Amino acid sequence: MSMIHVNTKVNGDEAEFLCDPRETLLDVLRDQLNLTGSKEGCGTGDCGACSVTLDGRLVCSCLVLAVEAEGHEIGTVEGIAEGETLHPLQQKFIEYAALQCGICTPGILVAAKSLLEKNPDPTESEVRYWLAGNLCRCTGYDKIIRAVMDTAKDMREAS
Amino acid sequence: MALDDQKGGFKFIGTRPNRPDGLDKVTGRARFGADAHASGMLHAAILRSPHAHARIKKIDTSRAEAAKGVKAIVTRADFTQSLQPAPGMKGENWNILENVMAGDTALYDGHAVAAVAATSALAAKDALKLIEVEYEPLPHVTDVDKAMQADAPVIREGVAAGTVPKGLHPNVAGYHESGHGDVEAGFAEADLVVEDHFVTEATHQGYIEPHACLAQLGADGKGELWCCTQGHWNVQKVCAALLDLETSQLRVTASEIGGGFGGKTAVFIEPVALALSRKANRPVKLVMSRAEVFRATGPTSSTSMDVKIGMKKDGTITAAQGVFRLQGGAFPGAPADMTAMCAFAPYALKNVHQIGYDVMTNRPKQAAYRAPGSPMAAFGVESVIDELCNQLGLDPLDTRLKNASHEGTKASYGPKFQRIGLVETLEAAKAHPHYTAPLKPGQGRGISCGFWFNHGGETAVSLALSEDGTVQLAVGTPDIGGSRASMALMAAEVLGVPYDNIRVIIADTASLGYNEISHGSRVTYASGLATIKAAEDAVKKLCARAAAKWGIPEDAVKWEDGCAVPSGPNAGEFPPMPIAEITRKMGATGGPICGHFEATPEGAGVSFATHIVDSEVDPETGKTSVVRYTVVQDAGKAIHPTYVEGQFQGGAAQGIGWALNEEYIYGEDGRLQNPLFLDYRIPVASDLPMIDTVIVEVPNPGHPYGVRGVGETSICPPLAAIANAVSAAAGVRMRQLPMSPPRILEALEKQAGDG
Amino acid sequence: MVEVNLWSGLRPLANGEEMVEVEADTVGGLLDALVEQHPGLQEAIDAGVSVAVDGRIIASALDEPIRPDSEVFLMQRLKGG
Repeated sequence: MSMIHVNTKVNGDEAEFLCDPRETLLDVLRDQLNLTGSKEGCGTGDCGACSVTLDGRLVCSCLVLAVEAEGHEIGTVEGIAEGETLHPLQQKFIEYAALQCGICTPGILVAAKSLLEKNPDPTESEVRYWLAGNLCRCTGYDKIIRAVMDTAKDMREAS
Repeated sequence: MALDDQKGGFKFIGTRPNRPDGLDKVTGRARFGADAHASGMLHAAILRSPHAHARIKKIDTSRAEAAKGVKAIVTRADFTQSLQPAPGMKGENWNILENVMAGDTALYDGHAVAAVAATSALAAKDALKLIEVEYEPLPHVTDVDKAMQADAPVIREGVAAGTVPKGLHPNVAGYHESGHGDVEAGFAEADLVVEDHFVTEATHQGYIEPHACLAQLGADGKGELWCCTQGHWNVQKVCAALLDLETSQLRVTASEIGGGFGGKTAVFIEPVALALSRKANRPVKLVMSRAEVFRATGPTSSTSMDVKIGMKKDGTITAAQGVFRLQGGAFPGAPADMTAMCAFAPYALKNVHQIGYDVMTNRPKQAAYRAPGSPMAAFGVESVIDELCNQLGLDPLDTRLKNASHEGTKASYGPKFQRIGLVETLEAAKAHPHYTAPLKPGQGRGISCGFWFNHGGETAVSLALSEDGTVQLAVGTPDIGGSRASMALMAAEVLGVPYDNIRVIIADTASLGYNEISHGSRVTYASGLATIKAAEDAVKKLCARAAAKWGIPEDAVKWEDGCAVPSGPNAGEFPPMPIAEITRKMGATGGPICGHFEATPEGAGVSFATHIVDSEVDPETGKTSVVRYTVVQDAGKAIHPTYVEGQFQGGAAQGIGWALNEEYIYGEDGRLQNPLFLDYRIPVASDLPMIDTVIVEVPNPGHPYGVRGVGETSICPPLAAIANAVSAAAGVRMRQLPMSPPRILEALEKQAGDG
Repeated sequence: MVEVNLWSGLRPLANGEEMVEVEADTVGGLLDALVEQHPGLQEAIDAGVSVAVDGRIIASALDEPIRPDSEVFLMQRLKGG
């Protein structure tokens, strides 16, 4: 099968690659662009560990074909911090111990950041439903929800 | 609490610093099993049986071998030929080999039969389709009760343990019977005897990270393996046995691990990747898909259980009896013994008798799942106690307090308990506002106790001091839930240096002595104990250097707040000598200073928990919600309380999934019907409430700081506590898990029909 | 002599005895003495047993001391998650 040439932007940097038309965006991010922060937990869009943004919209990168990235902008967990300054969500997840094994953390951070950009003052239920597509098996979500709510509060107070 | 009487004022223990691997994990830098890459690396894929039970008549790999990009194909012939079937532990490696790659028979849907390594993951998957396997389907059985019946197909001969009584079906691979007193006499003394039958379905540990590894093995017998595992020394040992390698020639490095819960104590893909690498003479990466994880790795046992308990009107339990049948897949090893031994452990019983059956079926080999065997037993036992309390009009907490095991009680499994904290958890639950909070209409409250043994195991730890007085600590137990933070806290406590001055790593198999798997809630207990001892070893050496400098005897120097100081007025007057002052000159005063400790600590204290749950049932749809949840558990001593809370909350959440949603569903054809997270639905954020926690601290006499393992006990009470809450809310006793909406509706309709 | 309590499942392998008396001052010595008296116990012991000595559950260490008046129970060895 012939390979397809794709031009895209990842975390603000131009990126190009050759891919098999069957390969997913997640495959290419991990195997070709060496951005292994996005994880494959299921490959069927059920666990959210591969969450990225595509032109600012939250998607499961395992459900996006790599060729669909042509001409679009991708955001991954590797792009959340600015230089050495962590995003407030990242800082708060460490403080709250909102992770145990950490495999779901990249996807949850990408999803939570996307929530706070749309809704800076979410209720607990809104956070829970927004993150319902991101499975965590370790924490019972308690500390994750608290970390997101508290980050939202800090960011509101800072703005 | 009481620990402060035992050992005064901790400086670091009990504080809540940020975890050392936090930054890596929030930035995506942390490297998990599938995140490794090697030059010249191939990608592998495994062909799996579509049949529940079938003779493998022929495997033709010739077309696949000729396919583009294919570099190696392995079948059973590429593994050791020296292992033989045998019962019990003697047959353990044989059983692992049989599971890792099928021999002449495929034993379950998803059983590996061949594997391919190719230049890309897609090429490897494409090549699988070109492997021709000729199967002869055999009769199969996937249900535990049916597998014990006389007409059930025999799955494998010659693996049953010698302790299995004669006359049972060959599918019964193990048998446990224990107890004391006279249960019949006890039942005769009771005012009320309740006997009931309970069923639980197999559930998966459900770690979000599928099994993954990167293997390299040369013709010289030297190998390197990177994998996500709970125990890399075990992986090393098993791979060596399955591939005829010398153990020490295979160096295994544990990656960051994306959840395990017991499921990554077993070995599945690592020997396959190594065999492919040896054949292709290239590094091979092998990553399971989610469907492979469900079909071919460790679910817990499904069970069929009978529980009978007698009680007096005042709540005294007069006798208890249980029969526990555990379905363990196509291999021996279901934890029927643990189920039986844990079942009645929370209660001081004069008369108790328990039997466990380990039963084989055509399903994947069960693997340990957080306190393996105990949660199911608690479901049966605590449901019957709840029913007795309901019928006798007794308070369920007071009744449990009345019968609770305490120090000196003869345990249901035989010996006397040492210091334990069950009563303290019950009292804390009773005092918690949750227990007396009003319920809304349609809601029900349930409680349950739970018990787990905990474990010690082989442990080796090494600690090296740097010239600037900072500390490198190497432990051998993979960190699943933040244990590096706990290790650093314990080392800081002994050395008196800041927490941030300690760098903790999980060492590879070449760098430390054998470390048993991270299981049995042993890490904070055993690696923690070894860390304390290793730090004390370093302190002794630091004091010796100070003594030499001061010209006084070594025993005239003690260690305080990170400094050597004279031990008393007779030792002489010297200003405190800080650690950095000693380490800066250590090269010229005797050489590098390290501390180490190797042992098999045998003082893991057992632990208990009490959970309180409120639930709500929608009578129209049968949907259940957990509206409030409180975990009360004895941690002995919480080293890092936030991570102890995390273990409590995680265990409760997994229990909620097990109780309400999760189950392996097999069709008539013996195939797993729901091998995806879409259909095997684990709890999501919107399914759960906040989970409150109460840490009770009744110190374990077997640990210097009183630690008891906390990881597993947290999943023991939820099944029963939730079942009791749902039964109260629905007004009908629920005897089968999961209590999914169709089952609740069925129970409600049956009750309406009966009424 | 040390009194060793067997779980019921083991009794058929030890002439039906519930309690066996052996001469031993360590866990390892106790297991050896048990097998010497009742060779039928060998397989079960090889399959993995813990020995509870005065309530402490000894999973591995054969050198753990035992006193003549110790309370000793054989138990099946734990496999955790």
